Amino acid sequence: MARSLKKGPYVAFKLQKKVDALNDSGKRTVIKTWSRASMITPEFVGHTFAVHNGNKFIPVYITENMVGHKLGEFAPTRQFKGHSGNRK
Amino acid sequence: MARVSGVDLPRNKRGVIALTYIFGIGNPTAAEILAKAEVDPNKKVYQWSDEETAAIRAIITNEIKVEGALRSEVQLNIKRLMDIGSYRGIRHRKGLPVRGQRTKTNCRTRKGKRKTVANKKKATK
Repeated sequence: MARSLKKGPYVAFKLQKKVDALNDSGKRTVIKTWSRASMITPEFVGHTFAVHNGNKFIPVYITENMVGHKLGEFAPTRQFKGHSGNRK
Repeated sequence: MARVSGVDLPRNKRGVIALTYIFGIGNPTAAEILAKAEVDPNKKVYQWSDEETAAIRAIITNEIKVEGALRSEVQLNIKRLMDIGSYRGIRHRKGLPVRGQRTKTNCRTRKGKRKTVANKKKATK
């Protein structure tokens, strides 16, 4: 079910603070985050996030097309190495 | 012969049903169109007068996205998901189910015919 419009998109408070600080200072640094559930808002565009996938941080560069998706969608949590029979 | 947006409508079916032969028009949309064009939904296609056909055609071409335009829009949406490298895009690329269904069994629609693996171990009790 979709989130209520009244509440607006979910962005972790700490993450929002960091992005705002970066936008104010005009600097571009990688933001490390565990908040995979945070929605990508227009302010995020152009920043690079290191999104945790449970094991390591995956660098994600945010483009305009990604707005409205969540950070976790760009850092896959599963690694498929092929089935046991498929040796070559 | 009623030809609407590149599709031949079956002549011997009720209007609401016939309209659903067009890609992008289902039961609710078909009923809506006929209500707007003031055509009885139970009237068969061959009973439509020329004016009624024209009215229906006008509504479809002006207000609803159907057939080719709709298909390309869907493809564009999928392409966007693939280009931004999101999870859903990756699933589309691999031809696996996109909405979190199980893949241990089933999912044959997405995965296609079964590919048998040689010497795969049978489950033993």
